Amino acid sequence: MATATSLWQRHWILERNSILLLLGILIVIAFGGLVEVVPLFYLRSTIETAPGVRPYTPLELAGRNIYVREGCYLCHSQMIRALRDEVERYGHYSLAAESMYDHPFQWGSKRNGPDLARVGGKYSDDWHRDHLMDPRSVVPGSIMPAYPWLFSTDLDFSHIAEHMRVQSLLGVPYSQDMIANAAADVRTQATTDAPDAAALAKRYPKAQARAFAGNPGRITEADALIAYLQMLGTLVDFRLYDDKANIR
Amino acid sequence: MAQSNAAAKYMTVGEGGTAAAFVVLAFFAIVVAAKAYTPEYAFHAYLFAAGSIAAVFAIVNRYFERPAEPVPLTIDGKPNYNMGPVKVATLLSVFWGIAGFLVGLWIALELAFPALNLDLSFISFGRLRPLHTSAVIFAFGGNVLLATSMYVVQRTSRARLVGDIAPWFVVLGYNFFIVIAGTGYLLGITQSKEYAEPEWYADLWLTVVWVVYLLVFLGTIMRRSEPHIYVANWFYLAFILTIAVLHLGNNAAVPVSLFSPKSYIVWSGVQDAMVQWWYGHNAVGFFLTAGFLGIMYYFIPKRAERPIYSYRLSIIHFWALIFLYIWAGPHHLHYTALPDWTQTLGMTFSIMLWMPSWGGMINGLMTLSGAWDKLRTDPVLRMMVLSVAFYGMSTFEGPVMSIKAVNSLSHYTDWTIGHVHSGALGWVGFVSFGAIYCLVPWLWNRPLYSLRLVSWHFWIATIGIVIYITSMWVAGILQGLMWRAYTPLGFLEYSFIETVDAMHPFYIIRAIGGALFLVGALIMAFNLWRTIYPQERVSPAVSMVPAE
Repeated sequence: MATATSLWQRHWILERNSILLLLGILIVIAFGGLVEVVPLFYLRSTIETAPGVRPYTPLELAGRNIYVREGCYLCHSQMIRALRDEVERYGHYSLAAESMYDHPFQWGSKRNGPDLARVGGKYSDDWHRDHLMDPRSVVPGSIMPAYPWLFSTDLDFSHIAEHMRVQSLLGVPYSQDMIANAAADVRTQATTDAPDAAALAKRYPKAQARAFAGNPGRITEADALIAYLQMLGTLVDFRLYDDKANIR
Repeated sequence: MAQSNAAAKYMTVGEGGTAAAFVVLAFFAIVVAAKAYTPEYAFHAYLFAAGSIAAVFAIVNRYFERPAEPVPLTIDGKPNYNMGPVKVATLLSVFWGIAGFLVGLWIALELAFPALNLDLSFISFGRLRPLHTSAVIFAFGGNVLLATSMYVVQRTSRARLVGDIAPWFVVLGYNFFIVIAGTGYLLGITQSKEYAEPEWYADLWLTVVWVVYLLVFLGTIMRRSEPHIYVANWFYLAFILTIAVLHLGNNAAVPVSLFSPKSYIVWSGVQDAMVQWWYGHNAVGFFLTAGFLGIMYYFIPKRAERPIYSYRLSIIHFWALIFLYIWAGPHHLHYTALPDWTQTLGMTFSIMLWMPSWGGMINGLMTLSGAWDKLRTDPVLRMMVLSVAFYGMSTFEGPVMSIKAVNSLSHYTDWTIGHVHSGALGWVGFVSFGAIYCLVPWLWNRPLYSLRLVSWHFWIATIGIVIYITSMWVAGILQGLMWRAYTPLGFLEYSFIETVDAMHPFYIIRAIGGALFLVGALIMAFNLWRTIYPQERVSPAVSMVPAE
């Protein structure tokens, strides 16, 4: 501390000038974020595409919004890690491409319940309906809350086209055709043997259309949520996926 | 004397401008409420309108009550400190703390006894859990940070807080944000980013409040009559600035409509995951660490009546801490679809972070050199010293858990919950309680009602924390091992639900720990209430000192 050139005294510049201190802090905290975040927008492994991945149908998107609203992500992850036991329990490890249209992502951070990344098709619609109405009726030891209000609340999809327009602004490839038919597609997908099911499947390959909550003539929030759950992890055909394609 | 009230009374630009802005906001909010897509959003718009109208009334009322002259910056050469907003934030922190602990206890019980969800949407676990985390982090912790930062910056700068209405706007505006966020969760308004759940309009409001906070804090530093900026203020400044950057980056979103509460985050998938945990881990690093280190650097030396152990150590650990913390986010994403190099980078920096963290711990603990005997007699100091010890423990546990091999076991389990709570209850909670026990007697200029009750609070809460974190360690490691257990024939040994069943006793034990922590906080609230409103009347025989 004795001499004027002491490094500790150099630090006085920052201790005596609040703007320099502020700028110093700003510079120091910038590095980590820039190095870790920016490359993810350019690297092949993080902007890979996988065959089959498509935007959510309007009904699935509405169901996803209910999943978000109820805070499902707080107990269920949607990210199967590349670990032996996880792959055996849940299926193929999750790909970056599988959540490329997820605004925001739903990977989660805690498993009070099992991972849901590939829950689609694992259980029947009836199972999901019973499970959401009363989880302990199908899984006696479950600690999940019941969600009876999803079955008594009609799905509000009056603004679903606006939702899709905002998503297309953010880079989700919703076409004019998809946005124009949004409300009709909700009705089609929530109906068993709907006449327009072929047009829906053309816009959204592999889209499943039926009365998911088993209550024909009425589209409830449960229909949307089950439609979303039943498509989770089903888009990529792993018999065709080349997991070496992005290795350099 | 009456004819010589020289200065005519004018409304200042600040008063007039703020009132006018609130009038505009009120009208705007009413229009939004009328056209809102959902009743929940209309409710929030009406809250904005009601809050704005209340603000206008408060400003006008204050104008009529106040003297014509502006408040003097100094009185008899001494700084005329502005402690009103500090007092309000202090009391609100106690209120929100108890509310947050109570919700935490309730959701802990919901996990042990799911019937407690009562099949009601607004108290189901998924909606209450963000209410708990936001209430304890942002409502309790945030008000503690507002109160202490505004107190410390005035004292260490020997200057009155900058701004007339601004400090009140910061405290009340921040708490209005809390109300919007909290009621939103219960009504299902969330953007589902952990610790950043509030939707776009709440985020915009918080941005305005936060910028004013930064300006008030920075302006007060600039007004200082001391040559050097005190070390606690470096930490507060880093906290305020970095939280602003993180908040803007992580909450970048496009609303569906002005009339819809729903927005979509600009980022998606793996990029969104990285941005989220860049934010999420640094909410820990800067909100719950840097800010509270600011508290440590003022209140421990003050209470122990000893100077900080090492000035040089504080410089090194300050810059190292803020540089390294920002890199640690990817340890939340080990073995996920995030690239390996990013995970490894996050792990490496997380391990390095151990060093500056312990630098801070050593600086805090060693400040007691020559004053260790005070731990026997002063339970407030004991509380703050134990908080620094918990800080050291959880900043060792964190780097361990960031190692990929350890993380493969601990991630997604209750070990993480235990780790978070050893930091949150032990470090953040105890250093806050210590600061509050110091602040209330200083602010209200009365002795603390009872040191014995502080001692009771200390022991009950400490036992609660130990019960909490040990039960979560056992639960987390047990569940992690069960998930990866194989039979001799090579099959997974346990179904998922068997691993959930195994958690039940630990969830009950955890709830007991949380209940003890809540009891401690209630004892504190009683103690503070008795401090501010003493029951024994001051003898009226004591005559006032004549004015002249």
